[in-house]
Amino acid sequence: MSQPGSRGATAGLQAQNGAAAASGSPYSNGPVQNALMSSQVSAGQGYDSQLPGSYPHLMPAKSLNPFSGQSNYGGSQGSAQTLNRPPVASNPVPPSLHSGPVPQTPLPASQNPAATPMPSGSFLPGANPPLPLNWQYNYPATGSQTNHFPHVAQPAVSGTTNLTRNQQYVSPGDPSLQTSFIKSGSALPLQNPPLPTSFQPGAPPGPSPAGGPPPVRGLMSQKPPPRVVPPPSFNSSINQEATPQLTNQNPKTSRSVGYAYPSLPPGYQNTAPPSATGMPPSSLNYPSGPQAFTQTPLGANHLNASMSGLSLHPEGLRVVNLLQERNMLPSTPVQPPVPNLHEDIQKLNCNPELFRCTLTSIPQTQALLNKAKLPLGLLLHPFKDLVQLPVVTSSTIVRCRSCRTYINPFVSFLDQRRWKCNLCYRVNDVPEEFMYNPLTRVYGEPHRRPEVQNATIEFMAPSEYMLRPPQPPVYLFVLDVSHNAVETGYLNSVCQSLLDNLDLLPGNTRTKIGFITFDSTVHFYSLQEGLSQPQMLIVSDIEDVFIPMPENLLVNLNESKELVQDLLKTLPQMFTKTLETQSALGPALQAAFKLMSPTGGRMSVFQTQLPTLGVGALKPREEPNQRSSAKEIHLTPSTDFYKKLALDCSGQQVAVDLFLLSGQYSDLASLGCISRYSAGSVYYYPSYHHQHNPVQVQKLQKELQRYLTRKIGFEAVMRIRCTKGLSIHTFHGNFFVRSTDLLSLPNVNPDAGYAVQMSVEESLTDTQLVSFQSALLYTSSKGERRIRVHTLCLPVVSTLNEVFLGADVQAISGLLANMAVDRSVTASLSDARDALVNAVIDSLSAYRSSVLSSQQPGLMVPFSLRLFPLFVLALLKQKSFQTGTNARLDERIFAMCQVKNQPLVHLMLTTHPSLYRVDSLSDEGALNISDRTIPQPPILQLSVEKLSRDGAFLMDAGSVLMLWVGKNCAQNFLSQVLGVQNYASIPQTMTDLPELDTPESARTIAFITWLREQRPFFPILYVIRDESPMKAAFLQNMVEDRTESALSYYEFLLHIQQQVNK
Amino acid sequence: MEAMVFLLSLIDCCALIFLSVYFIITLSDLECDYINARSCCSKLNKWVIPELVGHTIVTVLMLVSLHWFIFLLNLPVATWNIYRFIMVPSGNMGVFDPTEIHNRGQLKSHMKEAMIKLGFYLLCFFMYLYSILND
Repeated sequence: MSQPGSRGATAGLQAQNGAAAASGSPYSNGPVQNALMSSQVSAGQGYDSQLPGSYPHLMPAKSLNPFSGQSNYGGSQGSAQTLNRPPVASNPVPPSLHSGPVPQTPLPASQNPAATPMPSGSFLPGANPPLPLNWQYNYPATGSQTNHFPHVAQPAVSGTTNLTRNQQYVSPGDPSLQTSFIKSGSALPLQNPPLPTSFQPGAPPGPSPAGGPPPVRGLMSQKPPPRVVPPPSFNSSINQEATPQLTNQNPKTSRSVGYAYPSLPPGYQNTAPPSATGMPPSSLNYPSGPQAFTQTPLGANHLNASMSGLSLHPEGLRVVNLLQERNMLPSTPVQPPVPNLHEDIQKLNCNPELFRCTLTSIPQTQALLNKAKLPLGLLLHPFKDLVQLPVVTSSTIVRCRSCRTYINPFVSFLDQRRWKCNLCYRVNDVPEEFMYNPLTRVYGEPHRRPEVQNATIEFMAPSEYMLRPPQPPVYLFVLDVSHNAVETGYLNSVCQSLLDNLDLLPGNTRTKIGFITFDSTVHFYSLQEGLSQPQMLIVSDIEDVFIPMPENLLVNLNESKELVQDLLKTLPQMFTKTLETQSALGPALQAAFKLMSPTGGRMSVFQTQLPTLGVGALKPREEPNQRSSAKEIHLTPSTDFYKKLALDCSGQQVAVDLFLLSGQYSDLASLGCISRYSAGSVYYYPSYHHQHNPVQVQKLQKELQRYLTRKIGFEAVMRIRCTKGLSIHTFHGNFFVRSTDLLSLPNVNPDAGYAVQMSVEESLTDTQLVSFQSALLYTSSKGERRIRVHTLCLPVVSTLNEVFLGADVQAISGLLANMAVDRSVTASLSDARDALVNAVIDSLSAYRSSVLSSQQPGLMVPFSLRLFPLFVLALLKQKSFQTGTNARLDERIFAMCQVKNQPLVHLMLTTHPSLYRVDSLSDEGALNISDRTIPQPPILQLSVEKLSRDGAFLMDAGSVLMLWVGKNCAQNFLSQVLGVQNYASIPQTMTDLPELDTPESARTIAFITWLREQRPFFPILYVIRDESPMKAAFLQNMVEDRTESALSYYEFLLHIQQQVNK
Repeated sequence: MEAMVFLLSLIDCCALIFLSVYFIITLSDLECDYINARSCCSKLNKWVIPELVGHTIVTVLMLVSLHWFIFLLNLPVATWNIYRFIMVPSGNMGVFDPTEIHNRGQLKSHMKEAMIKLGFYLLCFFMYLYSILND
């Protein structure tokens, strides 16, 4: 109101949102809330810095709402459930705090405008239409299967979330939404104060941006408009209003439990009421005036607090005698340890799903690290599909001038105009533009900017970040059509999947697609617009392969869609009579590389046998009688052809994904290099056959569906920086390390994980916190250059005990697995196995000798490492490192590829699956997600002693679910859940549960669906009975049991104890 | 004759010194990000065999001219050069592999190796020089 002339710009913006709300809002109470919004907005445009009162924006981050504290970095079930509770229960603080202006009722429309003028109206809950359109996932059909969580928690978590969601889920068709900085949530136009133009480079084309205010408007808004009285904490009011919405409108919110990114972005919550820190809940207690500087100080004064935090977790300090307490496996999924930081810092910290460190307390010196004998490293999942991600469009991206670190929540502001880098400690200036906070619309609050409030953030990169114009999405499919390939019948599945998903390929109008097939010759397909049918061109000169025509081999998908569809329909039939058994994979790859090198993009190679012709031909090296021994197996590539080609591809921004569908040995060790160094991924379907192996067929279909439709980033690079004193010395994952810390990723996909190992180069004695930052610069499928930045902050400790207390056993096991893969390749498999066992022995003896004062008998381990022996034993029995079984070499190498390329969560599930008993599911302790009830059976130990013949057990091994049905399983379960008469009539291969109208069936299906929703791909369910061939796989995962060649868990513990007590 | 042998060794040694300096410069370029791993490794791999051959020639020359002490001094380095060359895994692109060089501190160990060799060649250089003058 105070800026009547400057509404225009935002009006356009609001209009868009409003329109969307009108068309798409399913909320029954939408209109009421909209009305509410508008009144709030009108009441408070600027805010009064003179009046005493609670100044939410200016409150130090210390003063936290307990509610927001809880919901940060959730992942834990507790917090997500909290979100679902009715508002009164979940957030009792605000009313007392603001002397009652914030009503607790869900619909405070009548009271609010009068009693509680809102701050600048940017955080308006509820009115925001759920934009279910993530730009990467804007296809209607993918919803339930391909990407499970992006949509899930999205609608209406709270007002603040709505805000961020707006930033993230940009509708593809609306350029203004993509470019404007942060949109407020109101649905009513003409009411909100406009965003300053400086933050909207691509200002909305809506009505009259001419009225947009100059950037200095922020200054003006500090002057109180006459009517305005101190605003209450908008956060609390948001919670009040938004929570009911949440409970009744978003049936799926809590599905993100354990997986999703925090429901409330911490950055937007610092305005919460202060009672968390024990301040009296009176608004008069806050100093008035423009509160010079309130950024959370990081460092010494917080350390004491964090130390005292230790005593809050006596469980974590416990020393466990593993020989006595054998059942250490928690019945719920293992949670990552929380770094021992002050809660204000911790709540800003990066989600451990994205970024975690093996030691959440970093040892001060290398000597201390060496003493602990634990690996120090980071595990990253940088491109994970996120439910919400703040996206910032700003013409200047604030970075440290010397180390180029992006500004992050853990920097310290020396004063308003200077900040100190937390990685290199250089003092930098705050640019003028950064002084204005578009969230609160206040000038002079650089520490409240989203960049400083979010550990995970995405920037829209300006042109300085481009070496060339962003590339179009280019997809090239290279298909094996030799006799062997046609026999497997894979062409049908692949072409059908492609046909089904052609419209869902991430991309825009520039998307290009092409096909190459090969047997002993290489075939190209001209898909020129205007041709009546695709034209095949055969190049038989495989010694010096060339591109037969300069264009039309890679064509615009939109323009030539019919031809492409034509080709995909005819392709499976074209080669049915072929007698060509040779495979010239090398030349085909060279041709494909030549075809793609001008643009870059993704090459998907389907291969069904050992390449036998031309360059890159390989020889069978596997000797079946040596399969079981750990010696003399060929884990190293036999030729450097694929590696060289991969590096060429990497240089031209081409990534190669390899689908190997082979019955015989195909030397994946050599072939895999093509994907490994070009940042692709490997998929392996042993013994694929369209008739004999329907299980693999289904697997291929599901994985292809995910593969084709998932998000993709092109021409990406990733840099990982860490605080001075730490240095990264080894990288694990699929990429090429181009220079010391720059990873070249021609493609990046959301299912890839990375790991790095670090050492402490210089002593960290004069610092209490260290930070790590990964910055991933990529081109989205829409042709935008974006930078995704994750920052992790961890405390430094000086004693061995603290190092052990902060150990993250899952991350350690994951990093050790990566290191063991390297070791098996450079040395030998038995070396790697020994190294794994030694890692446990060394660290536990270090603990015993240096930390424990009294030498007790038994195997004493710190509570944090109680699962370490178990996980290492599971690793030893994992396909990559197992001995004694008849594992095929390719399968072993594939498992190793997976270790290197999978994010930690999936690696841990494949290594140590979760076992549940599902024949007696009850609603006791179930998760209630609005109308859905999801039973939560306890996780059982992986031991046959936990199985019984009269039960049914579900094993969740990440990419597969196995339901083992005991012979004497209750008739009830058979008929009510499986829908069969008796045990004998369970089909040999059953991969679906019928949806029966019984409570048992509903519970089982709800549980399985819930498990599936937690991961991006679709794990197939196998129902296994005693005679099923899958039973061996099921039993193989029983890692606590003894096998012919491997120790049982107890024996392993005894062995370790013996070594430790030596 | 003696002088000829040492003169030849001296020239050879000069070449080896230059080569080590080149190795050190290229590796430190990589360390400072001036060049990328790919070009660094392809540059260096080219010179692995010349270095090996150059040093083996000196060693053999010392053997045939029966300078036992100098021969024994050179032998470990020559053996190491040959061992290193033979032990390159089949999948690697040479002694210097761009995909491995940033891992497990390989860059540092290559650097250290080049430094040690430089020192050794310098030592040899002065030894040959002394031998020529003594003749």
